[in-house]
Amino acid sequence: MRITQGCFSFLPDLTDDEIGAQVEYCLGRGWAIGLEYTDEPHPRNTYWEMWGNPMFDLRDAKGVMMELDDCRKAHGDKYIRINAFDSTRGFETVTMSFIVNRPAVEPEIIMRRTEVNGRSIRYTHEVAR
Amino acid sequence: MDDATPTSIDLRAEYAESGVREVLDELDRELIGLAPVKQRIRETAALLLVDRARARLGLSRETPTLHMSFTGNPGTGKTTVAQKMAGLLHRLGYVRKGHLVSVTRDDLVGQYIGHTAPKTKEVLKKAMGGVLFIDEAYYLYKPDNERDYGQEAIEILLQVMENNRDDLVVIMAGYADRMDRFFSANPGFRSRIAHHIDFPDYTDGELGRIAGSMLDAQGYRLDDEAGAAMAEYIALRREQPHFANARSIRNALDRARLRQANRLFSRDRPVTAAELCTMTQADIRASRVFSGGLDPDGSRRKDDPHEL
Repeated sequence: MRITQGCFSFLPDLTDDEIGAQVEYCLGRGWAIGLEYTDEPHPRNTYWEMWGNPMFDLRDAKGVMMELDDCRKAHGDKYIRINAFDSTRGFETVTMSFIVNRPAVEPEIIMRRTEVNGRSIRYTHEVAR
Repeated sequence: MDDATPTSIDLRAEYAESGVREVLDELDRELIGLAPVKQRIRETAALLLVDRARARLGLSRETPTLHMSFTGNPGTGKTTVAQKMAGLLHRLGYVRKGHLVSVTRDDLVGQYIGHTAPKTKEVLKKAMGGVLFIDEAYYLYKPDNERDYGQEAIEILLQVMENNRDDLVVIMAGYADRMDRFFSANPGFRSRIAHHIDFPDYTDGELGRIAGSMLDAQGYRLDDEAGAAMAEYIALRREQPHFANARSIRNALDRARLRQANRLFSRDRPVTAAELCTMTQADIRASRVFSGGLDPDGSRRKDDPHEL
């Protein structure tokens, strides 16, 4: 099942050129780029593993693309996303995030129903492998 | 027919519109002396312009190797020229962003195993799309210590210089003789660096003009006697150890400003604007260089009571 979170996730996967152009846009606005990866795309799994430190002071997208290549080499069968961090006072938060790598076979996210308190139902989601 | 290959290209027009002329003019205007360097840069610019024209006409071409080495004594303007070079390469479209990242051994080489590679990569990432300027590059290689981490940085650098030729230009700088030894010990660098530019020492007259332009920028001027004293100072200073061309002059002027401020402060009458901007020969001649001593150019202890 195709996971949709972050920007562009309803579009076909971005090519490397397109990723580079997006990164260029982020750097142009002075945002710092961080790479993160995970094998668990549950929507509640907010904090993914960091790939190195966030990259401040970059001027060109090539630096990010080099890291992305390295990350793909190590974690090619996992989800990788690019986060852009805006350090402007008052924001100081991730302002843009998009997935740049997916596993060949994406896991299902299934819904479980549990009956509690008589006939009431609780819903929860799980990643099925 | 817009995207068809043109049949001829006007190099003059290309030269004017690429903005290369402004960079070269700026170089001529702002840098005193350095004639051979300017000549080499002009040649390089011509080569790159022709190369670009060839590409436009669809003639076969490879990305030219643009890595350079700047050799010369301290204070001969290597960093300044590297800055201009970055601008030049940017206007010609050989680097995408045209910024200069200036580093030394400390920024590239780590202190323990596994520290060097990430550190070097970090610097390289920042330099992508611009120019990486490695000052005193020969310190990267320490032949007496075979476990020195510098070797690791060298290997990463070589790899990037080869594989990312489109993404960044590396300029290595340092003293001529030590750079020569560095290159002969690391043939990989020699073959990857196409342009060797040698920075000559400034003549006394050029240093005098440099002093003048430095003072101009700070809003000071030398009176006639002080000008003569400065010329004498330059000739004397050159004979002494640790002479660093323009940098020595800048330090001397900084100290002269201090003395001038002291002189004005210790009088008890009001000062005029002209006095505030004028250095007299007393400010220059108080330097120890005139009494056979050595002016401290960073070679002396910081807490030396005779600093002035």
